[in-house]
Amino acid sequence: MALMAALCLPLFAALLCWIKPLRGFAWVVTVTSLSLAFAMAVFTASRVLEYGVAVGIPQWFEADALSILVILLVSFVCSVAAIFAGGYMHHGSQQSRRLWWFYCNYNLLVFALIVVPACASPNLAWVGVELVTLFSILLVGFEGTPTALEAAWKMAILTIMGAPISLLGFFVLYWAYHMGGGGSLETWRGLSTSAAAMSPNLLKFSFLLVFVGFGAKVGLAPMHTWLPDAHSQAPTPICAVLSGIKTTVPLYAILRLLSIVLSSSEARIGNWMIIIGLFSVGIAALLLLQVRDYKRMFAYSTVEHMGIILAAAGFATREGASGAVAQLMNHSITKSLCFYSAGAVLIVLGTRQIQDVRGLFKLSPFAGAALLLCSLAIAGAPPFPIFLSEFSILSAGLRSGHNVAVVVLATLIVIAFVAIFLQVNRMLFGDPEPASTSAAVPRSVRTAILIAAVPVVVLGVYIPGPVHSLITLAAQQLGGH
Amino acid sequence: MVLSAQTQLIDGLNALTAGLILLTAFGMVATRQVQGVLRFFIVQSLFLAASSFLIGFNRDSIHLIALGVITIGAKVVAIPLVLKRTLPDELYERREINQVINIPVSLLLALLLAIAAEFIVSPLVGISTDPVVHVNLPIGLAGILIGAYSLVARREAIPQLVGILAMENGAFFAGVAIASDLPLIAEFAIAIDVILIAVVIGVLTRDITRTVGTTEAATMSELKEEPHLWR
Repeated sequence: MALMAALCLPLFAALLCWIKPLRGFAWVVTVTSLSLAFAMAVFTASRVLEYGVAVGIPQWFEADALSILVILLVSFVCSVAAIFAGGYMHHGSQQSRRLWWFYCNYNLLVFALIVVPACASPNLAWVGVELVTLFSILLVGFEGTPTALEAAWKMAILTIMGAPISLLGFFVLYWAYHMGGGGSLETWRGLSTSAAAMSPNLLKFSFLLVFVGFGAKVGLAPMHTWLPDAHSQAPTPICAVLSGIKTTVPLYAILRLLSIVLSSSEARIGNWMIIIGLFSVGIAALLLLQVRDYKRMFAYSTVEHMGIILAAAGFATREGASGAVAQLMNHSITKSLCFYSAGAVLIVLGTRQIQDVRGLFKLSPFAGAALLLCSLAIAGAPPFPIFLSEFSILSAGLRSGHNVAVVVLATLIVIAFVAIFLQVNRMLFGDPEPASTSAAVPRSVRTAILIAAVPVVVLGVYIPGPVHSLITLAAQQLGGH
Repeated sequence: MVLSAQTQLIDGLNALTAGLILLTAFGMVATRQVQGVLRFFIVQSLFLAASSFLIGFNRDSIHLIALGVITIGAKVVAIPLVLKRTLPDELYERREINQVINIPVSLLLALLLAIAAEFIVSPLVGISTDPVVHVNLPIGLAGILIGAYSLVARREAIPQLVGILAMENGAFFAGVAIASDLPLIAEFAIAIDVILIAVVIGVLTRDITRTVGTTEAATMSELKEEPHLWR
């Protein structure tokens, strides 16, 4: 029941935001309902830890460890982003009259984001992923400026084009499932139990189609070009959701399908995933070296992390899978913090150019400290959670014998680390330009940053027992041997 | 014996609709008029529904009959209506003057894509003995590839949208053959999703025409990759 509540709360909130007398309270409604959804997700997670699976509607909405982990991330990031939006949107938006519309659309986006992991059926998960794409397109273009609309248009064409391709992929998957003697209702669980009976050729063909279709949405190179545009032009709370969660959710579907394909046929597909993942990491690391806009910088870092997760899943071992799951979680919580800090800097200085930001520590110690913390965390410095998960991914790669891939991956991670630090260093230290004026950081923005920083700081030094067992269980779902 | 003759007739008719769907896909590539592209799409959706009825009749599947009705409702009625309401009339009267690649070459490329689709799926269709699968899967994939091509080659917003929708038609044309007993809820949700695609792109196009004044995607190039790496 709690699962259905977590699913329906954002939908209900969207309805409330749309009703005319309540439009003034859209922010309150959104924050309340999303925090409730997070509480429901935590409750569901406790059930999953106890029974292994939480059932909303049997065969339709079910959550195992991997999906409840994604639901937890979605509800956490989205509720904090909603808090952040309170101060940010009222401060910076040109469209303050249409804010109710923003929150309505935002709640619909959160609903779609929860649908994908909550669905037991791959076909409905496809519908969820498409809804996520559609709702986020309108939010990217929300400001209505020519550049924002251009970013939204690019994103629309590149990501919606994947929809029919992945749809055919899911049709072929269904076909393979039926030819392999599966039952009438296709579920992720049913697929993984009958993977051995399915035709490997059909499975591979279906995976290829889904990978091409969803890979564009994840932002894997070379289909990543929409991502930095959208993430630099969208309102900052949306960037946090897009980078932290919206890229993760299609990746979740890819990982699910990948584990099924890997369990049925030989590991060649895994090697391809490593190559494609490394390619994304490489492109992102090079682009990070010469980026000029700090929101774009964090966007490229998302491309990098998506590549790392894909490569880790490609190792096709249990350790690789648990590294991938941990990285997925750590990326979501850290990257959303990055965008909140970037939003704070944008409020303080009003510019997105790295070269125009000097001496941030002197202008606003709070924004400076937040930026320093999040860029240390996202680049993978110890003692932050991303360091731990990247380390475990590298060691998993060594143990499964992918030595070359590990060396390349480690080199690229170091390049990205150095690149992020060169850029942030210029922004944080030194003397501010005399002419620069600074605004104060609104209270809700401060609150959001403080809340988002808690898991980033804590999970690096201490992983609570339930979180650890959730990750282990989720890695089991992804299989590996 | 009579039954088998009937089955054969229906398979033949289905193959005919497959050919017509491919023909309408070529038609979309060859048409310059925005309105004309949209008309070709509506006709193609009707053929898709026809194929769904034929196979549904053959397999006694109420699902496929319902899918045909859903297709007509979504793609023949709802989507043109949605576009009519969101978009200003003058967009429909446009002609595309500067395509990236001219029409004869485009048609040739579309033909090559259709042949490629046949080759890609030929190792896969052997799994099934159903003649419908042998017809629908390659033609459906060809529809997807040709739609993707017209998406890349077109510059006006509406033909690009129709390219996406035509890709969706291709996916469904393969789907009616290979995933015929998909739960109806899933198919309904997919249809809603297709309508939403039209709504979102329609609204976005309207906003772009208002603020930027053009819907030629090629003229929008404010945002670029960081210049000195790609130049």
